[in-house]
Amino acid sequence: MQLEYIGAFDVVLGVLARFWPVWIALVVVMGASFAYKKRLGLYGQLFDSSVGIVGVGICLFWLFTAIFASTISPFNPLVQIPIMKDALPGAVEPQSGLVYLFGGDKLARDVFSRMVYGSQIVLIIAPAATGFALMVGITLGLPAGYYGGRIDTVLSFLANLVLAFPVILLFYLLVTPGIMETPIPYAMAGLFFLFPIIFFSVLFWTRYKKRPDRLYILLGLTLIIGGWVYAGLVFDADPFRIIHIDPNQLNIFVAVVFASSPGVFRIVRGLVMDIKTRDYVAAAQTRGESPWYIMLWEILPNARGPLIVDACLRIGYTTILLGTLGYFGLGLAPESPDWGTAIKDASRLLRSFIHPALPPTIALMSFVLGLNLLADSLREQSMKD
Amino acid sequence: MLSFILRRLGTMALTMLCLTLVVFFLINLDPNLKKLAISQTEMHTSAEQLESWLVNHGYRQNFFSRYGQWLGIVPKQPVTDPATGKPARRFSFCNDPVEPTFSGVLQGDFGCSTKFKTTVASKLFPALGATGILMFWVLVVMVPISLLIGILAGMREGSRTDRTLSVASIASTATPEYVSGVIFTVIFASWLGLLNGSAASASRGITFYNFTLPVMTLAIYGIGYIARMTRASMVEVMTQQYIRTARLKGLSFGSVVVKHALRNALIAPFTVIMLQFPWLLTGVVIVEVMFRYQGFGYTLVEAAGNNDIDLLLGCSLVSVFIVLITQLISDVGYAFLNPRIRVQ
Repeated sequence: MQLEYIGAFDVVLGVLARFWPVWIALVVVMGASFAYKKRLGLYGQLFDSSVGIVGVGICLFWLFTAIFASTISPFNPLVQIPIMKDALPGAVEPQSGLVYLFGGDKLARDVFSRMVYGSQIVLIIAPAATGFALMVGITLGLPAGYYGGRIDTVLSFLANLVLAFPVILLFYLLVTPGIMETPIPYAMAGLFFLFPIIFFSVLFWTRYKKRPDRLYILLGLTLIIGGWVYAGLVFDADPFRIIHIDPNQLNIFVAVVFASSPGVFRIVRGLVMDIKTRDYVAAAQTRGESPWYIMLWEILPNARGPLIVDACLRIGYTTILLGTLGYFGLGLAPESPDWGTAIKDASRLLRSFIHPALPPTIALMSFVLGLNLLADSLREQSMKD
Repeated sequence: MLSFILRRLGTMALTMLCLTLVVFFLINLDPNLKKLAISQTEMHTSAEQLESWLVNHGYRQNFFSRYGQWLGIVPKQPVTDPATGKPARRFSFCNDPVEPTFSGVLQGDFGCSTKFKTTVASKLFPALGATGILMFWVLVVMVPISLLIGILAGMREGSRTDRTLSVASIASTATPEYVSGVIFTVIFASWLGLLNGSAASASRGITFYNFTLPVMTLAIYGIGYIARMTRASMVEVMTQQYIRTARLKGLSFGSVVVKHALRNALIAPFTVIMLQFPWLLTGVVIVEVMFRYQGFGYTLVEAAGNNDIDLLLGCSLVSVFIVLITQLISDVGYAFLNPRIRVQ
C-alpha cells in the first residue's frame, strides 16, 4: 500500500502546532518573569542579556515538553505500526489519519513521539542525579575543606580515585545486568540517599538548637519525608506506592551520582578553603559557633554562586552521560525512548535512512546548549555583584 | 622538585593498586563469571558444567590469591587437566606457564584474552598504537584551533568577535561525540558524499577520506572547552599592569598581544590540554565504536561486553595510567612554565 505524504512546509507547521501547550506555558512564564524581573533576584537578572533569555527559554521549552509529553505526542512511543516502517517525514498513518511528523524508525515507531517522551527520562534523571551528587559533594567537601588534615587527605584520595576512572569504564563495570543480581547497587543507593537526610538534619540542628519548637517540626519533617523517599527508592517499599523506581533506573541513577559527586566535592572543598579565611568566618569562630554551624550557615551560603553555575553545567554533563549510556546500550531498556538509545539505533542505519537520527541528536544538543548558555549568563551576572 | 615527583609517583602507584583491585572485584562478581563461562562453553550447558569450567580454569581460587597472581606477587598456578591429572595450561592459545611461576603484570605478563583467543599484550598494544595515531591527529587539529579561537576572543573582551566565538565554543562543548559524529556523517558522508562514514579501512592505511570524520568528531568536543579556558586566561592577562605599560609605551596592539600577552596567557591552557586526556579517552571509545576503528576504545568495549577479564584489566590499567600520568605532567609542567609557582 502506498503511503500518503504531506509537504515539508506542512510538517513544520504540524510540529509547531503539536507543541501548543509548550508555547502557551512559555509565553506565560517568560512574560511574567520578564515583567517582574526586578523582584526575582538572580533569576530576574538573567533576562537582562540575550544569552540568558535564550538559555532560560530552551531549558523551559524542554521542561514543558517533558510535562506535557502525553498531550504533545500524537502516538505512543512504544507502539509499532508495521506499515510505517522507515517511513519518511510527513507520512500519514492510514488508520488514524495522524501524521508521522519526523517519519518512522526501523521498528515503525513515531520518531517525533519518541523524541518528546525521551525528554521525560532526561529531565527526571539528570536534575535528580545532579541534586544527589550536590548533596554528597557538599556534605563531604565542607569538612574536608574546613578541617583539612587527615580527613581531607582521605576524602581527597577517594575522590581522586573515582576521578581517575575513565567514565566509560566505570559505567561498563557498574551498569551491567549482572550487577543487578548483587547487592552492590542497593548498598550504594542506600549510602548515597542517606546524605540528603544527614545534610538537612545537621542543617536544621545547628541553626535551631536553641529553639526546640522550630527544631522538632523541621527535624521531624526531614526524617519523615526523607525516610519515605528513602524507603521508596532503596527498598522499593513505599507504603503508599507513589515513589517507585525500576531496578535498572536505580542502577543508572547510582552510577551517575557516583561518577559526578567527586567533581562537586573538589569544587566545594576549594571554595571552602578560600572562604574560611574571610573575616566573617573568624567572627563566627570568635562567637563560639560550632564548626558545622559555620560550614553550613556561614560558608555554604557564600559559596552558592559558583555552585549554582556548576549545577547547571553538571545537569548538562549528566544529560551527555545519560546519552552515552544509551548509546552503548547500558542500563536502559532497549525500547526506551531516551535520546541516547535513539541515536544508537539510528546511527547504525545512517547509510540508508538519516531522518530517525536527527531529531534526538538535535534535541540533546539543544538542551545541553540551553543549560550551558544559562550557566554562562549566571556566571556573568554573579560576577557583576 | 624531585621529591615532589617521587611522592606523586608513590601516590600514583597506590591509586593504581586500589583501582585495579576495585576493577578486579567488579569483573569477578559471580554473575559476570557465569556470563563468561556461558560465552566460553557451548550452548545449553548445565549449571554444573559451567561451574566445572570455572573451576578448571582457575576462576574459583581464592580472590586475593588470584589478584596476586595477576599482579605477579603470587606464583601463577597451572590448572590440572581433569582427563590426565597432569598440570596443564589454562588456555591453549596463550603461553601460560606449566609450572608455578611469578608471571603477572609486574613481570610484564598481562594475561590471556578469552574473547580474542590470544595474549592480552598482542591485542592491546597494537590497539594502543592505532589509538595513538588517532590521538595525534586530534591534538594536531584541536590545539591550534582552540588556542587561536581563545586568543582571538580574549584579546578584546566584550567585542563582537568575543561574543560570537564564545557562543560558538559553548555550542561545541554542548555537542558530545555521538551527536557530532551523527551530524557530520549525515552532512559529509550521506549528503555530500565527500568522506567515508566508516574508518574500518584506516587500520590498513590512513587517508584523508577515511580518517577526517573521526578526527573532526573527536576534536570538536574538546575545542570549545580549551578555547574557553584560553579566553579566560587571555582576558585576565590583558588586564595586567604590564600590558597597559606596554600599550602606553606606544607599542601597537598586535605586538603587545604577540610579544607580551601570549606567552603568559598560554600557561593555563597547557594544564587544561593535559587534563583533557581523560575526556578524550571516553571520546575515543565512542568515536572508535561509531566509526568502527580498531583501536583501544574498540578493544575496551569488546572486552567489557564479553567480560574478558584479563583484557579488561589491561585496558583499565592503561587508561588509569594515562589519566594519572597526564595529571602529573600537568602539575610539573605548570610549575615549570610559571616561575611564580614553586613546588615544595
